[in-house]
Amino acid sequence: MGSSFLSIEKLSQRYPDGKGGEFTVFEDASFGIEKGEFVCILGHSGCGKSTIMNILAGLAEPSSGVVKMDGFAVSGPSLDRGVVFQNYSLLPWLSALKNVTFGVAARFPDWDKAKVIEHSTAFLAKVGLKGDTIHRKPSQLSGGMRQRVSIARAFANEPKLLLLDEPFGALDALTRGTIQDELIKVWSDTDQTVFMITHDIDEAILLADRILLMTNGPMARVAESVEITIPRPRNRAEIVEHPNYYAIRNHLVQFLSRGSTEVVASSEGANSPTTVRIDVESDAQAEAEPPAPRLLAVEG
Amino acid sequence: MGILSENKRAALLSVLFLLGVCLIWEFSIPAPKAAGELTEYELLTGGGQPKAGVPPPSQVIGKAWEQLSNPFYDAGPNDKGIGIQIGYSIYRVLTGYALAAVIAIPLGFLIGMSSVAYKALNPFIQVLRPISPLAWMPLALFVIQDSEASAIFVIFICSIWPMLINTAFGVAGVREDWVNVARTHELGALKTAFTVILPAAAPTIVTGMRISIGIAWLVIVAAEMLVGGTGIGYYVWNEWNNLDLTSVIFSILMIGIVGMLLDSLFGLLQRAVAYSE
Repeated sequence: MGSSFLSIEKLSQRYPDGKGGEFTVFEDASFGIEKGEFVCILGHSGCGKSTIMNILAGLAEPSSGVVKMDGFAVSGPSLDRGVVFQNYSLLPWLSALKNVTFGVAARFPDWDKAKVIEHSTAFLAKVGLKGDTIHRKPSQLSGGMRQRVSIARAFANEPKLLLLDEPFGALDALTRGTIQDELIKVWSDTDQTVFMITHDIDEAILLADRILLMTNGPMARVAESVEITIPRPRNRAEIVEHPNYYAIRNHLVQFLSRGSTEVVASSEGANSPTTVRIDVESDAQAEAEPPAPRLLAVEG
Repeated sequence: MGILSENKRAALLSVLFLLGVCLIWEFSIPAPKAAGELTEYELLTGGGQPKAGVPPPSQVIGKAWEQLSNPFYDAGPNDKGIGIQIGYSIYRVLTGYALAAVIAIPLGFLIGMSSVAYKALNPFIQVLRPISPLAWMPLALFVIQDSEASAIFVIFICSIWPMLINTAFGVAGVREDWVNVARTHELGALKTAFTVILPAAAPTIVTGMRISIGIAWLVIVAAEMLVGGTGIGYYVWNEWNNLDLTSVIFSILMIGIVGMLLDSLFGLLQRAVAYSE
């Protein structure tokens, strides 16, 4: 674990419960993320996903545990860790372009103005925003466009780690689909490491290399790390045809609906999540006739 | 009426209303009797008519024409043009107001950012704020020993509160997300204040500034009546002492017009800093 690009070690978050005791949101969460990986974290509300995200962003302090990036402990917010917030967090008095140049100018202070604008415009174009649109204020843009600006701002900064906090949570299903496509496009052009919170299982399968599953809070833990064994480039329409798709999806749904108490019992004492690899296709080739999806638990 | 736009109809109605009021006013004032019919006593008391002192609008318009065609003449301490008097008042208002802004806005920032500062200073603000600005006048005259500076001080003390409170309120109400944007972009404290918090709080701050300038203009008239010498407030009181009601009515109108102009300047500023989420 220590060799990962980003390693989260024994992270716990407790709050006073108002009666003299303590309320533990999550405990001993440990996992790693490799460079260039796209990792999604899934879990029910209240399991502390957003808290983990805020700790990674440096906006919150954990009660105990450390986050190490490139071998160094992380403290406080930094331009190395970009954040896309659920509610876009664009500055409403600036135009879309200015919202992006704001970030780029902070990231690359020695660039001249023309270079900042050129770089920002290029990233806005990557998420499909060009022409007049980029000079509009956020209030004159639709929710989907605003989130595109927010994504462009984050990618334009080329952070070492990009954190996405339910970026599509407030969007309707159709818009969500197109922006997921934009996100994949921008991401595949870069070798950006991404950590994303989502509530949407299909979205997680479409986007992620690996999905981390959290058990229910309180005392939540990161229980499983599910590899998505579907080759890229993935495409919303074709991905459902892949034999692994429903096997993985079923596994995720079952984990989330079980309330995951059994999983906690089985991984007692282990700090890192159990790695789960579901690959119906290679099983099928190996055994000639397709069996029921099988779980291969490998200690990480 | 379909031919005229709403604004044009409203403007037309305003003009009709003004004409109507002026006509009623003009004709409700009885014509003064010819001087020959009056006794000496009636002449001394103003013509023997109960309303003889109130001039009709035609006279006020005549006065306005006379004054506005030569607003900057200076014929001694008691006879200066309306432009000079208003100029003095505006100078006092702007000086006191600027001093108040220089103190209120940074202090409001501090109070808005730090809840300790807010709790520590709030009792003082709550006690000082409701004090009528004119109540400070005797103390100001005694301490400063200069009537001009005392008038400016009174403007300062009355315009500081709305700016201070609105700045603190605006700064405290800046959305956490925007502050987080500044934090994740590693902006320093000063840069965060100027590029994120100031524009975010600007509409609230400018609203406070607009309220303040309105109060300052209300107060300057009363303050100048007390300190005397120059200014539109002094002019009103001086013309009252001269029993020149035409000038009194004219200067009342001028106070209203200048107040409206000051307010609309801040209205423009408010529009410039407004944003919608």
